Order: sequence, then C-alpha cells, then structure tokens
Amino acid sequence: MADKDMIVVDELVKRFPHKDKEGRDTEKTAVDGLSLSVRRGEVFGLLGPNGAGKTTTIRMMTMQTRPTEGRIFYDGRSTEHSPVDVKRLIGVVPQHVNFDQDLTVGENLELHARLFHMGKEERRERIAELLDFVGLADVVNDGVRRLSGGMKRRLLIVRALIHRPRILFLDEPTVALDPQVRRRIWDLIRQMAHGGVTVFLTTHYIEEAEALCQRVAILDRGRLVALDEPAKLCDRLGRFTVEWDERGERQCQFFAARHEADDFAASLDPEGGILIRPTNLEDVFIARTGRKGGL
Amino acid sequence: MLYDIWTVFWRDGIVLRRRLSRFILSRMVAPLLYLVAFGWGLGRSIQVDSGTYLDFLVPGILALNSMNISFNSITPVHAERIYHKSLEEYLLAPIRPDAFVIGKVLAAVLRGLISSTVIVVLAWLFGAHFTPGPLFLAVLTLNCVIFAEIGFLAAMKIDTYEAMSQVNTYILLPMSFLCGTFFSTAALPDAVAAFIDILPLTHTSYLLRGLGSGADVSMLSLLVLVVYAVGGFFWSRHAFRHLTD
Ligand SMILES: Nc1ncnc2c1ncn2[C@@H]1O[C@H](COP(=O)(O)OP(=O)(O)OP(=O)(O)O)[C@@H](O)[C@H]1O
Ligand SMILES: [Mg+2]
Repeated sequence: MADKDMIVVDELVKRFPHKDKEGRDTEKTAVDGLSLSVRRGEVFGLLGPNGAGKTTTIRMMTMQTRPTEGRIFYDGRSTEHSPVDVKRLIGVVPQHVNFDQDLTVGENLELHARLFHMGKEERRERIAELLDFVGLADVVNDGVRRLSGGMKRRLLIVRALIHRPRILFLDEPTVALDPQVRRRIWDLIRQMAHGGVTVFLTTHYIEEAEALCQRVAILDRGRLVALDEPAKLCDRLGRFTVEWDERGERQCQFFAARHEADDFAASLDPEGGILIRPTNLEDVFIARTGRKGGL
Repeated sequence: MLYDIWTVFWRDGIVLRRRLSRFILSRMVAPLLYLVAFGWGLGRSIQVDSGTYLDFLVPGILALNSMNISFNSITPVHAERIYHKSLEEYLLAPIRPDAFVIGKVLAAVLRGLISSTVIVVLAWLFGAHFTPGPLFLAVLTLNCVIFAEIGFLAAMKIDTYEAMSQVNTYILLPMSFLCGTFFSTAALPDAVAAFIDILPLTHTSYLLRGLGSGADVSMLSLLVLVVYAVGGFFWSRHAFRHLTD
C-alpha cells in the first residue's frame, strides 16, 4: 500500500440479519465489497442517499461494529490485530447524540479524557481550550439534556477532539444546524485538516462536500459508484449541463464542451426555461445514484 | 487496566454522590417494611430452632436486598446501550473490555454494600443479634458481584425496557422469597428444594445466617458462590465484546 495512505479499506462487507416481507429470516447487505483508501491529511467525503451504508461504513472503520468480511488498515496496522493502538489515533463524531445523560457537559468531556489516559492538568487545559473555541465555556456545569441541538453537535465535535486524534470521523456533522453554526463547523474542520488531521466525513449536503472535501466517494445501496476529486467527477460526467422543462419535470443533459451544450440547447423548445451551467457534484450524485440528493 | 477500571468506577461514583442521600433513604423503605411485617408482626408468633425469627430473618433480608440492589444498580447500563447510546464512548476508547465490566460491577457492589450497611443498622435498632465478621462481609460482597454480573448480562442481551423489568418480576422476585430468605428450603417439596438449592441466593442466605450466628458453614456453598462469580465475569466480558457484532 502506498505510504501516503492513512486508511485502507479492503473489500468491506456488512450483512445484518433481516426479516423479509413474508417474515422469513434473511440477511440484508448494508455494505457490499467496499474498497477505498484515504490519504494522509486529506478531507475525504462519503456521500450517498439515506440507507446507502455510510454510517455502517464509519461504524466498521471505527470498530463499533465488526465487518462481516474485509479488512481495515490504519497506517499499516489492522483494526483486527491492533484495535487499541488504532483507537488511540481516531476521534469519532457520531450521527446521533450519545452523551452520558447523567453527567454534566464538563463531566462528559472529562470521562472521555480519562478514557484516553490524559493527565489531570492536560485534560483541564484541553477541555477549557476547546469549549472556549466553540463558544460553550459557560455551559460546562450544565446537564447535557439542557443544551440546544446546535450546542450538542458542537459538543460532540469537542469531545471527539479532546485526545488530539490524528484521524477524525464525522457522520453528518452539520445536520439540522443553522447556517452560521454550519460555517463555523466547516471552518473548524478546515483548521483540523490544516493542522495535519485526516478527516473522513459523511454528508447529505452536496455543497458541504464541495466546500470541504478533496475527494469524495459516492455510495449507493452499499456499493461504491464513484470515487475521485469532485472536479474530476464533474468532468467525467460532462463539464457543462443543459437543464430544461419537459412534461412537467426538470431534465438534464451533460456535455464535454461548451459548443456541444450550446448546439443542443438551440435544438430545444425555447419556451422550456433552458439553462446552461457548469456541472456540479449534485449532478454527479443524481446521475450515479438515480435519486435526488440533499434532504 | 487499573486506571481504566477506576475511570469506569469514577463515572458511577459521580452519579452516586449526586444522589447519595436519596439513594440511602429509598433503600431503607423495603427492608424496614420486611422488618416490621415479618420481624415484629408475624415474627412474634413464629419459632425457629436457632432463636427468634428476627434473628433468622435479618441475614435473609441482607441476602435478598444485596441481590436486588446490585442487580438494579447496573441495569442503567441497558439504557446507556439502547437509548442514550452512551456506551459507544467505551467501545471507541482504547480500553480493554475487562476494565469496563469490572468497573461497572464494582460500582454496583459498592451500592449493594452501602444498602446492606443501612440494613445492619436498622436490624440492630430492631434488636436483632448477629455479628458480621470478615467472612460475612466477603459472602455479602460475592453475592453483590454475582447479581451485578447477572444485571450486566441482562443489560447486554435484552433489547427492551419491558423485558428488563420482567427479569425483576420473574427471576429476582421469586428468588427473594424462596431462596432460604424467609424460611428454610427444607419446608419445600423435595423437587422444588433441589432446584432452589442450585441458586446462588440460597447459598448466600445460608452462609450469612451461619456466619452471623457463629455456627459452622458449608465450604461447598462458598465454592458455589465463587464459581457463579467467576463464571458470571467471563460471560459478562464475552457479552460486552460481542456488542460489536
Ligand atoms: N444494526 C442494524 N441492524 C440491521 N440493519 C441495519 C443496522 N444498521 C443499519 N442497518 C441497515 O443497513 C442499511 C444502511 O444503513 P446506514 O445507517 O449505514 O445508512 P446511511 O447511509 O448512514 O443512511 P442515513 O443517510 O439515513 O444516515 C440500512 O438499510 C439499514 O436499515
Ligand atoms: Mg447514517
């Protein structure tokens, strides 16, 4: 494997027990032969419609659930043989809020720091620094139940960062956040990446992936359907998009060159709200998964 | 490993400290009722070989109470696993599964022993005679360990709240009454008694009663408890490991 690879995922499969429509016991394949690698220091995005297997993939990569088949390596170390070493390297921001409801904000963070063997002074400083950074310093002694949704998301990120992980996983980090908070979280992710942290995130928001990720993978029904830099994925589909209305629906067609797009647009009914524009990641997403992205 | 056990225990310690007075107060209610109803009320008209019924009763109450408290002290792990998902923190942390199991069990044992202390004090106030020595304490602790482990297993294996409370209704409650706590198992039909004699609480009751009154006790009973405790640990650890399946 190449030295620039931080994470290598090899033929990952996850099957869950499942009951079919007749109530018979069968299996459902959530992730189906996924292979990819994440480069040191890059921000890597995993995109896909609901139920595509993004969370399951992150859960396998972070050892919260065992793959049915396949292997995962961090810096050459396998999760199977050196789980404890790997766990020290990673920080995880889950899709759902999973704080300890019986502890305060500060105690939740301290528990995390203790689980990662940070000394008393070190954890006190680090927790104060991070809470300050995300503007949560004044809720340190509140119960976690009292926080607003946006505060909880920020706190989840803080908690994942306490032990200075080399690799940060974020499962839909900005879902249901207002635009300001979302921008701040984007800035935070960029700063982490700038500081050398490898970031692996999933998202439904195409513009989030475009804003942050050097490379994206698109997952559909557990299978990898695309993986590259966003611009290259757009190029491959056709750099120019022609959009128009037909039979009550918005239609799209992609062209490699501007003049081809112009020629095609000229052949359409001029009443149809024709638009020629650069192809974006959302076009790629829809073309590859056959479904609308976003929420 | 020791540090990780301490971390898990520390977390439960914080929660306990916050609720200590409420915990102690609420733990007094059931034993107080048992002592009044069976010690004062019914007990005056009951004769047992070894002396007053109150003296017979107190070790039984200690046994069943430490069982209930240590079991129910660990069952919040169920909500942490299923509803709050806060157990994920421990799955992501670079700690060994043993550390988590031991930390949780020790915290439940601590609660079991605190509530046992409350009962000992109450029982003395009611005029019961018994002398808790080191071995007495060891047996009580073992009993707490066993039922904390059973609670841990239930929390790992059971998926709904209803089923969790059914463990209380269908397993702990019958054991509370039948395992030599309120009366000797000799009073039961042979087949039933044979079954009851396999259960750990029965051995705890007999050991505590013997040790409290200074009589000889069965080393076999002690061995049975140790086997339950050790087996329970390995099974608990196995269950925790398999959360990631
Ligand atoms: N523990 C489980 N048991 C059974 N099936 C599961 C389990 N977890 C996930 N699945 C199934 O696996 C598939 C992928 O789920 P996953 O949560 O990974 O999707 P996702 O891409 O994260 O979706 P979303 O965008 O909605 O978060 C789904 O069909 C889901 O029902
Ligand atoms: Mg998901």
